[in-house]
Amino acid sequence: MNAVMPDTTFDLGTTPLRELNAALHKASAESNARRWRVLNPNGRHAVAVGIHAPLTVEIEGNVGYYCAGMNAEASIIVHGNAGQGVAENMMSGFVHVKGDASQSAGATAHGGMLLIDGNASARCGISMKGVDIVVKGSVGHMSAFMGQSGALIVFGDAGEALGDSLYEAKLFVRGTVKSLGADCIAKEMRDEHKALLHDKLTAAGLAGSVDISEFKRYGSARNLYNFHVDNVDAY
Amino acid sequence: MTAHSNVPRTPPRFSATFDPATLAEIRRAAATGIYDIRGAGTKRKLPHFDDLLFLGASMSRYPLEGYREKCSTEVVLGTRFAKKPIHLKTPVTIAGMSFGALSAQAKEALGRGATLVGTSTTTGDGGMTAEERAQSQTLVYQYLPSRYGMNPVDLRKADAIEIVIGQGAKPGGGGMLLGQKISDRVANMRNLPKGIDQRSACRHPDWTGPDDLEIKIEELREITDWEKPIYVKVGASRPYYDVALAVKSGADVVVLDGMQGGTAATQDVFIEQVGLPILAAIRPAVKALQDLGMHRKVQLIVSGGIRSGADMAKALALGADAVAIGTAALVALGDNDPQWEEEYQKLGTTAGAYDDWHEGLDPAGITTQDPVLAARLDPVKAGRRLANFLSVMTLEAQTIARACGKSHLHNLEPEDLVSLTIEAAAMAGVPLAGTGWVPGQTGGY
Repeated sequence: MNAVMPDTTFDLGTTPLRELNAALHKASAESNARRWRVLNPNGRHAVAVGIHAPLTVEIEGNVGYYCAGMNAEASIIVHGNAGQGVAENMMSGFVHVKGDASQSAGATAHGGMLLIDGNASARCGISMKGVDIVVKGSVGHMSAFMGQSGALIVFGDAGEALGDSLYEAKLFVRGTVKSLGADCIAKEMRDEHKALLHDKLTAAGLAGSVDISEFKRYGSARNLYNFHVDNVDAY
Repeated sequence: MTAHSNVPRTPPRFSATFDPATLAEIRRAAATGIYDIRGAGTKRKLPHFDDLLFLGASMSRYPLEGYREKCSTEVVLGTRFAKKPIHLKTPVTIAGMSFGALSAQAKEALGRGATLVGTSTTTGDGGMTAEERAQSQTLVYQYLPSRYGMNPVDLRKADAIEIVIGQGAKPGGGGMLLGQKISDRVANMRNLPKGIDQRSACRHPDWTGPDDLEIKIEELREITDWEKPIYVKVGASRPYYDVALAVKSGADVVVLDGMQGGTAATQDVFIEQVGLPILAAIRPAVKALQDLGMHRKVQLIVSGGIRSGADMAKALALGADAVAIGTAALVALGDNDPQWEEEYQKLGTTAGAYDDWHEGLDPAGITTQDPVLAARLDPVKAGRRLANFLSVMTLEAQTIARACGKSHLHNLEPEDLVSLTIEAAAMAGVPLAGTGWVPGQTGGY
């Protein structure tokens, strides 16, 4: 399955999750074991969380909640679907879900790249703080709620209330948007935004796979940045 | 002036319903169209620890000799699952207060004061500052819905993690740090533009309900290799069920905050009208722990209006393992000090009543990000004042415990207490003084 043989293989069918995460935490940029393979995750929660080293972790199957939580530096590839909160609060690195992701994917993440080949559910990118999220399918309702910074790029459609109470996160959607949330508006797609989108897609290894001109940009109207009673109907 | 001049007149009489404060609030609301926002906790009179008394030893119980016989005060928190539980010399901790709401100097002073007496302090919304980590021997890192400033590096530096579900001043409410307090440093720590209002969500972004929380706690334990105690903090509203669910979710420690607990900024109506006074919340919380066989195994920290060693002793007697202070700690640092009266007057208030903590104009330099005002607080001297106050609290609690014949503060028990009022007797589950009557013993919460 993998072109490169892993340095270390953990079978979660026979080895406790605790041993996997403890071993991953002990690894560092100087470790001999840099390529890891995880077998039989079988929907386990908290797989490969809290890594802070430039490792590559390939997970062969579906994972439960919070896979790759608080990741820093590592590349984590899920050959399956991911449960709630994949890559939550990621700081840096790369998380790639080959299947679909449940709700709150990339929640509060500060940096790095989250790539989802399938669809993401509700609240994708909720409270995002600098992460870039690329979803090749569609995202559910309330995605990018209170998004602070970073970019959410959706090849498919977005559900209700996209970007509700948005701060400075940048949203790009190629398909339809069911509705926009409070203080989120469609914005002009200028050359610098096309360049930004191109850069992000290049970082995700997807440059040229889609026509950038098909995307629309959404962002904050910034009307709710400071409370004013005249805006009370928006709350 | 007339024949009627000698007839007694009815003096002007204010309505108890429409009292002057109520009338003033109606006029203020009519003039502005916006609710009142302020800091601090509830100001209304509530049943509280003042309504309880200790019985002391007499013929049937032996007291301990003051200054001679030991009355221990240490407490260990997080013994259920954590590899490295928290050891405190005294069961009074500093509650979570954010850098942003408070100046960096104030946060540093809290760390210094707590460390001097061997107890812990707590971060707040906005993350951990280098100053408070450096000056806090034991630091609890809050995990809040906003996740402002949350990162795994600081998580690993923390001695314990406190998952905040709610706080006593506003159970069910999020937070708000108004733009005037968002300095460059605060903005940078929170990944937001300077000068805008920073809303903190009221629900966590990646879990809902106790079943999810159990998984979230497992994740945090896995990230930190099961070393750190995990606290769950709830505002007092349904303490029996909330504590039971926190235990079910895997908490090492439950923090229960009553409505007297302060806040940096919230609607006055929220502060005054939502939640329970801490006196009414402790016994249901302890009952939940007892029903689950987890009393003293999952530790209970209570907060909200703790002001003295007597309050601490009463909370412990009702079954808490420790208490936390917030407002009292700020007052010990210098908040609302009469030395700034002239400036309080200019702000339209007076020392002791100042609660516009959200405006960032604090003359005492505590609830501000203004560098000139913040420089008024010397973190070393303020930390010393806090340490003194914490020591006095401990000495007072020991004095009471010895008088009740207890060799450890945790040996205080409800049987040491009586109540002065029927209301407090019902809430605290102790008899009305001079009677054997405990009102409200009908079961159920």
